[in-house]
Amino acid sequence: MKRVYVNEKWCLGCHLCEYYCAFAGTNETDMARALKATIKINPKIKIEEKDGVSFAVSCRHCKEPLCVKGCITGALTISADGVITINHDRCVSCFTCILSCPYGAVSPSEDGAVQKCELCVKTAKGQPACVSGCPNGAIVFEERG
Amino acid sequence: MAINFLYPDYEVARNCDRCIVCRACERQCANEVHEYVDTLNKMVCDDAKCVNCHRCVSLCPTRALKIVKSGNTYKENMNWSGKTINEVYRQAGSGGVLLSSMGNPEEYPIYFDKILLNASQVTNPSIDPLREPMETTVFLGAKPHNIERGEDGRIKNNLPPQLKLSMPVMFSAMSYGSISYNAHESLARAAEELGILYNTGEGGLHEDFYRYGKNTVVQVASGRFGVHPQYLNSGAAVEIKMGQGAKPGIGGHLPGAKIVGDISRTRMIPEGSDAISPAPHHDIYSIEDLRQLVYSLKEATDYKKPVIVKIAAVHNVAAIASGIARSGADIISIDGFRGGTGAAPTRIRDNVGIPIELALASVDSRLREEGIRDDVSIIVGGSIRSSADIVRAVALGADCVYVATSALLALGCHLCRSCHAGKCNWGIATQSPELVKRLNPDIGYKRLVNLMTAWQHEIKEMMGGMGINSIESLKGNRLMLRGVGLNEKELSILGIKHAGE
Amino acid sequence: MKYVIIGNSAAGIGAIEGIRQVDKSGDITVVTNEPHHTYSRPLISYLLLGKVTEEKMKYRNDGFYAENRVNMLHAVATGIDTGKNQVILSDGNRIPYNRLLVAAGSQPFVPPFEGLDSVADKVTFMSLDDARKLDGMIAANKRVLIIGAGLIGLKCAEGISSRVAHITVLDLAPRILSSILDDDGAKAVQNHLESKGIEFKLSVNTKKFDCNTAVLESGERIDFDILVLAVGVRPNTALLNDIAKAERGIVVDEKSKTTAPDIYAAGDCTQTLDVSSGQNRIMALLPNAYMQGECAGINMAGGEKVFDRAIPMNAIGFFGLHVVTAGNYTGDVYSGGGKGDYKKLFYGDNKLNGYILIGNVEKAGIYTSLIRERTPLDSIDFALVCEKPGLMAFTKEERKIKLGGGAS
Repeated sequence: MKRVYVNEKWCLGCHLCEYYCAFAGTNETDMARALKATIKINPKIKIEEKDGVSFAVSCRHCKEPLCVKGCITGALTISADGVITINHDRCVSCFTCILSCPYGAVSPSEDGAVQKCELCVKTAKGQPACVSGCPNGAIVFEERG
Repeated sequence: MAINFLYPDYEVARNCDRCIVCRACERQCANEVHEYVDTLNKMVCDDAKCVNCHRCVSLCPTRALKIVKSGNTYKENMNWSGKTINEVYRQAGSGGVLLSSMGNPEEYPIYFDKILLNASQVTNPSIDPLREPMETTVFLGAKPHNIERGEDGRIKNNLPPQLKLSMPVMFSAMSYGSISYNAHESLARAAEELGILYNTGEGGLHEDFYRYGKNTVVQVASGRFGVHPQYLNSGAAVEIKMGQGAKPGIGGHLPGAKIVGDISRTRMIPEGSDAISPAPHHDIYSIEDLRQLVYSLKEATDYKKPVIVKIAAVHNVAAIASGIARSGADIISIDGFRGGTGAAPTRIRDNVGIPIELALASVDSRLREEGIRDDVSIIVGGSIRSSADIVRAVALGADCVYVATSALLALGCHLCRSCHAGKCNWGIATQSPELVKRLNPDIGYKRLVNLMTAWQHEIKEMMGGMGINSIESLKGNRLMLRGVGLNEKELSILGIKHAGE
Repeated sequence: MKYVIIGNSAAGIGAIEGIRQVDKSGDITVVTNEPHHTYSRPLISYLLLGKVTEEKMKYRNDGFYAENRVNMLHAVATGIDTGKNQVILSDGNRIPYNRLLVAAGSQPFVPPFEGLDSVADKVTFMSLDDARKLDGMIAANKRVLIIGAGLIGLKCAEGISSRVAHITVLDLAPRILSSILDDDGAKAVQNHLESKGIEFKLSVNTKKFDCNTAVLESGERIDFDILVLAVGVRPNTALLNDIAKAERGIVVDEKSKTTAPDIYAAGDCTQTLDVSSGQNRIMALLPNAYMQGECAGINMAGGEKVFDRAIPMNAIGFFGLHVVTAGNYTGDVYSGGGKGDYKKLFYGDNKLNGYILIGNVEKAGIYTSLIRERTPLDSIDFALVCEKPGLMAFTKEERKIKLGGGAS
């Protein structure tokens, strides 16, 4: 399946992926209108940076997803084509997935559930917004072995 | 602090209704123009540091930024422009030579813009390049005067070494040091994919790029940095750089601070030492001396590679070119006064040299008159801005053009002309690792390929319109050109008629 | 191939999904003594809290059994005939199997308190039926006494706190959540719960009950209307006691196989190797149950799978305060955590052994992974990861594998 891959060699630490991600999560068509009132965004992809090294981390869509296997409610599921999504209605915010994810890619959301990258399958943006928003090709969406 | 008299040239105009305080501008500005103030949750700017490179403008996800010219004015004076006054203030403050980058931006005639192309109507058919063959391949190098036959009567191959290009364009010399590793990689990969050549400049060749040798011109300049047998033999051709359009008559100086790591190794000079390229080659004071170097290089490369001699377009360029053609060089490259640079004294850049269009026309005419035009190919550079400029240059007599500024623009350069500061926000004219990584060659080379492919389409279209189906047929075909708004002298130098004639 | 699964909770469901990864056609029969669609046991407190409905407690969608072609049998398994490969039901019927999974779970342990029979409204807190029963008992004027300040007792307290007059929690141990927290951590959580009106009496021994009064060893008497017994749980090992090796729980290998032929076991009824301590223990935790069940299912169907990464781990929250813990608490201690947060990492022998996070639990899985994978701490920037969990602590090459899907 196509996954989001990150190459830190090209990450500029500009954080734009986070903003495009947060924007994709809204239903707005204009980023300024979507995020103007937001003091601090809560994206599903997050930059880690230190001493000139930076890279974006989002859900790896593991083949053996510990978050899905550990989910106590069945809110996290893996689809036939390998995309791991969260059903916000079913999530009770027990954070077992946060406890389980070896990448730290699951985080609390504002609506009382947890959130994670769903490859923009619910946002109808065609490809993940972080990928199209990355100015330097550091985040790509492709098939790899 | 003393008054420095200088007011910022630009202002950063931020539309606060659109700014979402993502801070991308702040993170991406190496000049530290933007700053986040958390007590206000707002971005503020220091306009004085802005070089108008548009990095922030390009990356701003909400289009909240634009850079505008500062409205500050002096009392109107046609003699003393604001720019002139500011330069006096700057030098009165610093006591130093003014430094500039990229090509001469001053208001001199641009002859290319005063030359119009022909097209076929009724009596001679135009050609549709989408339906009929259209040849853009060119070969550079000396052409034999006559056919020689062996004792068996068969034709002897007496063709000197040639460069084969898919289109009459090469990326001109930009050294590793003046531009970044990633810029070099982008140029090399694009040249390979396009079937053209790029040029190392006087910085040697990074070992990673030897694999692109077939598409590389290796340069030998007055500093001789990075020159060794393997280097000479790794390229497809060797270029002796005698001069450069942006700074005719002077040498180069890459500060020791930039001679670090790979650059030091590639140039074969110690880290931290200044890389000074002398104004002249200290072993060349005549055409005969030049011939010595040409043949030294041919000897070193087993007579398998064409030797290019590059000069700046200066007043007596035609006579100089004639001498070069007789020196044994296979190709002459002429760089016009609009040609770019990573750093040059402003006065030199803006006041020395002549336009490439005039230089080209007079060199081509002179070599024809002397019957030695076939002994050399001519490459011209110094502000080839579009496919139309290429067509004009070829019709004026060039075999090929050199492009650099256009290539840099394709890589993201916004012509802010601050290369000499070393803080290129686009990762091109810098050696600072965090800036260099901003130019991803995977993206950069593709943009170069796109640009050249587009130009090639346009060249075919323009040639087809003239009823011409190959570059060879266009070369020196000045009847395809007409001048507008040019005086008799200009027309006569260019060897073209005025529009309407 | 005939598969029989005893149990319809996480391990059983894991086994169904595991079998179906390998064998799309074999017969699967699930024997369960609960007449419900599979539901998530930990959600019973959320049901009382009103955060979920019974509908939303379903651990899998309504179509799950049909999609996986599972025969559901609501019955009680009373024995196993290993000679004939049959499960014996309480009604005398026998179900043949080629592969059997015992995922019978655990049951509440109820100590033999004197006078317990005299208590009218008492309940354990383990199943949907328990929750329904408790839901029917509670009212705004009722006082609730919970015996046991463990995970079950405290989640119960949270679930009902807004719907009853008062809650008192008793425990023999000197601290709450004694199995997953250290003293300071427990104190922090206790303070939070007390601020929500829950009263604790710790280090107390309940001597006897007298109708609506609990009498402590000290002589203190506590009046209540409803008694919740949440002392602990015991694995349901009875079915296999005489057939396969069982210690505290059923003994299984890495492939979830018992010592009896063709019989597997998974989930709360088993004991598993805790890789953080190297000891076998009962880890009655949903994630482990699912993964062990899935592992059993895959192996039952002829696939190859090992489940050898079990560690104790808990994510739990009370009134918005999140507590995440994993591993065991031995070795040197790193203490950190920002304002209002509590963080302790336990490490030794170049490995992370365990951690406790209270409040800020961001990226806790990075720590869990270090424990689970037994990552040598000298291969990462341990000082950095202590301060801030993240992939930054790993080497560039390791990150390339994690974020780039291998060398690229």
